[in-house]
Order: sequence, then C-alpha cells, then structure tokens
Amino acid sequence: MQGKYLFVLAAFALLALWPLVATAYGMDLVAKIMIYALLALALELLVGSTGLVLFGQAGFFGIGAYAAILLGAQANAAPSLLWLLAASVLLAALYALAVGALSLRTKGVYFIMVTLAFAQMAYYVVHDTALGGGSDGIYLYTKPTLGPLNLDQASHLYGFIWFSLLLVFGFLALLLRSPFGRALAGIRVNEQRMLATGFSTYPYKLAAFTLSGALSGWAGFLYAIKDGFVNPELLSWHMSGAVLVMIILGGLGHLRGALVGAFAFALLQEFFKSEALFGGFAKHWHLGLGLSIIACVALMPKGLVGLPGQLRERLAGRLTGAVGAAAQTQEGQA
Amino acid sequence: MSSASNEVLLRCQALTRRWGGLIAVNEVSLALTRGSVHAVIGTNGAGKSTLINLLSGEFPPSSGQVELLGQDITPWTQARRARAGLGRSYQRNTIYPSFSVLENCRLSAQSRWQQPWAWWRNAQADSPALRTAHEVASRVGLGAVLDRQAGLLSHGQKRQLEIAMCLATAPQVLLLDEPLAGMGAEETERMLALLQALKAEHAILLVEHDMDAVFRIAECITVMVNGVVIASGTPEAIRNDPVVRTAYLGEH
Repeated sequence: MQGKYLFVLAAFALLALWPLVATAYGMDLVAKIMIYALLALALELLVGSTGLVLFGQAGFFGIGAYAAILLGAQANAAPSLLWLLAASVLLAALYALAVGALSLRTKGVYFIMVTLAFAQMAYYVVHDTALGGGSDGIYLYTKPTLGPLNLDQASHLYGFIWFSLLLVFGFLALLLRSPFGRALAGIRVNEQRMLATGFSTYPYKLAAFTLSGALSGWAGFLYAIKDGFVNPELLSWHMSGAVLVMIILGGLGHLRGALVGAFAFALLQEFFKSEALFGGFAKHWHLGLGLSIIACVALMPKGLVGLPGQLRERLAGRLTGAVGAAAQTQEGQA
Repeated sequence: MSSASNEVLLRCQALTRRWGGLIAVNEVSLALTRGSVHAVIGTNGAGKSTLINLLSGEFPPSSGQVELLGQDITPWTQARRARAGLGRSYQRNTIYPSFSVLENCRLSAQSRWQQPWAWWRNAQADSPALRTAHEVASRVGLGAVLDRQAGLLSHGQKRQLEIAMCLATAPQVLLLDEPLAGMGAEETERMLALLQALKAEHAILLVEHDMDAVFRIAECITVMVNGVVIASGTPEAIRNDPVVRTAYLGEH
C-alpha cells in the first residue's frame, strides 16, 4: 500500500526534475508522454475502473485539441489560458455526454463498435469539412497566456503539462476511493447486483463517461497548445487503439498503470524508431513495437504494474517447490 | 414506525410473464405480511425464480400488478424498488468476489447514502454505511471474517454474505431465492435461526427446495406447478392437500 504512494510521488518528483538535465528534445518527448499519460488516465477511469471497454477515446481527445485551436483563433489578442482550457474541456465533455447517453444503452462488443463509430464520425467532420482544415490540419498562431506563464517557453509549457497531470492524477485518486468511485468498482465487478441493491447504474456510467471525455479534452487541449498544430490523426482509431494499449501495457485497474503504460509505450516507440540503433530498418518500427507489445502482454498479464507481484509469486512458488522437493527426497530416504 | 404484524407490505395481483409461447408465471397473486415467512415451493421450472424477478423488477411482467406498501410499483425500475425497501438475494452467489466481506456490505449499504458528488470523501472512512456494514455482517455471523476477500469464503458463508448485503439496504421485504441451497446441516440451522429472527421486522418470501426447513419456518406456503399456483395455505393445510400430495410432494 505505502509502496504505491511512494512510487507515484517519486515519479512526479523525477518528472519535475527532468528539465534540469534534459535536452530540448528530451523535454519535448516527456512533455508529449505526459499528455498521453493524462489521456490514458481518462481512459483508465472507464476501462479499468468501471469495466467499460470502449474504442473511441481519440474522438474526445481530438475535439479538445481542435476546440483549443479553433476557439483560440477567434480571439484577437492572445487568448486567456484558463478560458480556453475550460471551453475545450466543456466541448469535449458535452460531446462525451451525447455519445455516452446513446452508446451506454449497449453493452460489450456493441458498445465498442458504437463508440468507435462516434469517434470515426468526429474524425470525418474534421477531415472533410472546411471547419477542420482537412487532412493538413490547422495551426495556432498565438499561444494562450495566463499571468506570467509564457507557453512559448519550453520550461513553462512543460511545467503546465506536469501540473495538469498531477492535478488529474490526484483528482482521480480521490475520486476512485469516494462513494462514486466505489460505485463504479461495483458496476465493474457486478452491475446486476448494483441494480438489485438500489443503484441506478446508468447515470453513474454516464457521469464517468462524460468525465472521461472532459479529461481527454484536457489532454487534447495540452497537445494543441504544445505543438500549436492539430490534424485529423488525433481523432483516428489508431490513436484510440494506442491509448488502449498503453493502459493494458501498464496494468488495468491501477491509475499508476496508465502513467507507466504511457511511458513504456512511447519509449518503446522511440526505441524502435531510432535510426542509430536499427539503421534503415527503423522505418519498419511498427513491426518491432507490435511484437514487443504482444510479448509484454503475453508475459505480463497484469501489466507492468503487476510485474513485481508476479515475480514475487513465482519466486515464492519456486521456493515452496524446492522445499517440497527437499521434503520428498527426505521422505524417500527415510 | 407501525410494525403491527399482519400488515401487508408487498402484494401482487394476477402477475403473468410470457416468454413467447411459454407462460412462466401465470396469474399469480399473493400477499406478504410483516412478521411472517411466505414460502413458494415447486419443482424446477415451476416459475419460482421468475416470480422473484418480477417482484424485484429485474424484468417487467406481461400483465398484472405489484404493490409495495400500498403503492403501485409495477412501472418502477429494479433500482428504485430496491431503494423503496425491496431486498432480494440470488440463487447463484452474486457477491463482489474481489472485495472484502466488509466492503461487500458497505457498498450495499452505500445505496442508501449514495452521495456520488462527494468526490473528496473517502467512502471507506467512518460513515453510516460503514456502521451498517459492521452491523449486518455480525448479524449474519460474518463478524470474524470482515477483511477476508469474499471470493475466498466457504459456500455457506457466501450465502450468509448474500443475506447481509440484502439487509444492508434496510429492506422491508426480503425476497430470498434458495438461501439454503448447498448448505450443510449446521449452516442450515444457523440460517434458519437468522430467518426466524428477521421475521419480526420483515415480510419474507422464501423460495426453497429444503422441505423440512420450509415446513418448519413458513407461516404460509404457496405451491407452484408450471407457472400456476395450485395451492396456498398453512403448512398443515398444504401437507394434507391431496392435489399437492400427488402433484408435488410425491406421495401416492
């Protein structure tokens, strides 16, 4: 129990210290990973905590990102950071509310397909209309401001993303142990029983869905202000799939799994893309990434977070096995 | 609270459920009163579990009416009926196997104080729900295994936990689907003593195959065959009913 708090504290401390030693590239990479981690946390709320497996998280992410840029461009001067953030999050939340209200009437594989369909709809809206600027995407020319915060400066941007991740992580950690979070856990384990006990589960699921959409919108907003550029790929099903892989890789059912998974996924990707290591083969990085993910999931069914426990169990098994074998030999001798 | 016995808490009238051509429950009417156990017996497939599902609102009836405390609750959802005082247990264990015994009870009790907006509050800290959980767990005899993971309990203990979770919602009416199934003699005695004690404050509908237990504890017995009530009355009357004897109790 204590170990997991220490791990999270240490992780955030290391992330805070990273800019002191990192190159510009390293800082940009970790900033990007932290945004993915935030998105993974939002998805974990649904998949890991509530047991709702969906395949359309990228829709909310992309809507947050596009909202940041489109609304930011409306302002004459540099837009206010907090207003723009609130607006992006609100738009993503409203979209999630509508999608959730309809899709939560289905279950299992149908739920997966309906959420995918909604995400694809959003994808084609930004891809095929003048609003979204087509497949080339659109740019943000003036970054939003907040007091002394200057997001054109890499360290400020990094700090803002770090702080966002910390806030969301802390909020979700509290939420999951609150009555609401426990009800979500009950829905995950046995929804029928929850109904029979007097919980109307639909509003709970819808609230979780909307909240997840809002947090995904926050991640999208950060992505947009970081790069100052968005394109339809942010809403593609590849993105939805990547986030799902992150939380599975990290370990479902644990918030820190989303953090670990986002880092593991992005670092594996960097590793296989590295031309220094793989030369010309680096352009086939998808292959290496895919194979290594299959290996990870096969070898670590509980994800990276579950690895220490898994190793301990195996070690204990081997020890008792050895003791048992020794006892048998002794018996044989006697 | 008026706890006069004989007060009718749950009543159903001409309750019917059709599955295509099959009539699982056919025009069943019964009344559950506080202070008594009303047993429903019948062979497998007689419609007993379907009757419980209709009463608890797991699915709607094809026709007929359900009244709780004098109020028509036929269109109500299952969750709303549960909040209004209708508690049920399942034939198959439907506990939360990965949670502790205490958390199983606490989460069930939480349905009375849901407060989903209080995101900062620790649900497992001291609260009315937690106190209720302690109370019901020790009432059913699980006070010594509060921290055990529910999935690791013995079969009898899981059945006790089912009842505790049901009690945690402070129901007026208990719909119990085979609470004695698969229990040993000692566990059966303990469960019967518990039901005997619960009877004073609740109206209990008991679906059960253990005839000894049923005839010992029930004030009223309803016999169902193929979805139809063929007899209803005191244990004495049912025991001596010639129709029941040939149709169900297996005497010649």
